Amino acid sequence: MTAAVAGKADDQLVIIGAGVMGTGITALALAHGVSVTLVDLTQDVLEQATANITRHLRMAKLMGAHQEGVPTGRLITTTALSDVVSRTRPVAVIEAVTEDITVKTEVLARVSANVLDGTPLISNTSSIPIDELADSVPRPADLLGTHFMNPPYLITTVEVIPGRRTGTDALAAAKALLGRLCRTPIVVSDAPGFVTSRLLHPMINDAVRLVQEGVASVDDVDALMQGCLGHPTGPLRTADLIGIDNLVDSLWVLHKRTGDERSRPCELLLAKVRDGHYGRKSGRGFYNYEEALA
Amino acid sequence: MSMSMTATPDTIELELLGFLKNKTKAQWTADRDLFADGGLSSLFAMELVVHLEQRFGITIAGSDLQLKNFRTVTSMVELVVKLQRGIGA
Repeated sequence: MTAAVAGKADDQLVIIGAGVMGTGITALALAHGVSVTLVDLTQDVLEQATANITRHLRMAKLMGAHQEGVPTGRLITTTALSDVVSRTRPVAVIEAVTEDITVKTEVLARVSANVLDGTPLISNTSSIPIDELADSVPRPADLLGTHFMNPPYLITTVEVIPGRRTGTDALAAAKALLGRLCRTPIVVSDAPGFVTSRLLHPMINDAVRLVQEGVASVDDVDALMQGCLGHPTGPLRTADLIGIDNLVDSLWVLHKRTGDERSRPCELLLAKVRDGHYGRKSGRGFYNYEEALA
Repeated sequence: MSMSMTATPDTIELELLGFLKNKTKAQWTADRDLFADGGLSSLFAMELVVHLEQRFGITIAGSDLQLKNFRTVTSMVELVVKLQRGIGA
């Protein structure tokens, strides 16, 4: 397994879930010459995802994040999950479906029933403890977590989370894959929200609460955090980038497991989700992005 | 709404300064570095690419798709003029 990810030309990565993170990780892999089979439930979603990946690859090129001298990997899209994972031995299967433990465990159970033994099975999650997901697979040693930041092709550090039952081979294979994608893995222990979400998400929730209470405008909260504290984009623009629906899901995961009231999603965040204003991906969140999505 | 038939360097510059003012709620000068001095997020660069393509009826690809071409209004004007003359990368 570890040898397989050392980097063969015909290496194939399977990514399940063609949403924001699935398409972003796909673009990262393609930009580093790794071919991807991207799986989702419907052809419509996959067609939209293909357009998004094209846009991501342009952005990667613009920012110099497309690996020099490496031909872009090949993209295949399909709705036939069982066929894909049973026919080949991918270097890894990355699950990037909705941040909902029920959905994730269903997908992981289905994948692990079809995939060959020893194939690293990676759950990309911002908050769900890996050991909770491991109960859904017959070989917990093959399962581990990653937390890519959005956009994955621009942010070079990745949080890596072995669960209590993750094997050393799976962890080594995941680290080797990340190395091939020119990412720096930081391995942390399994816990709700790991390190980054445990710190960042309650802070964003607090920032939104300040807007909700009328203490400051969206622009001013971000301007203060950028100008005074060196935050690269400001917490509210970051919320738009994460996806406000995903952020709320992740906050609930944290709140239910830690009891921390700072992680209870505030009313303004919940209202954004109810209104379908999910952030950059939907064209509107705390800011408007309609033109950027055209 | 393409301006490709009537755009001159001056009108392109004015349009871009107006676009930036509208988007950032701040005044800009043609030679100010949007990212290093101006503090704009690199993600905003892609908004600039899409805006230039839509507004001026051009396609930005190949080696033209580099951040240095979008750092200042002046560099963007040069790129638009070049691509409107049909001299793409």
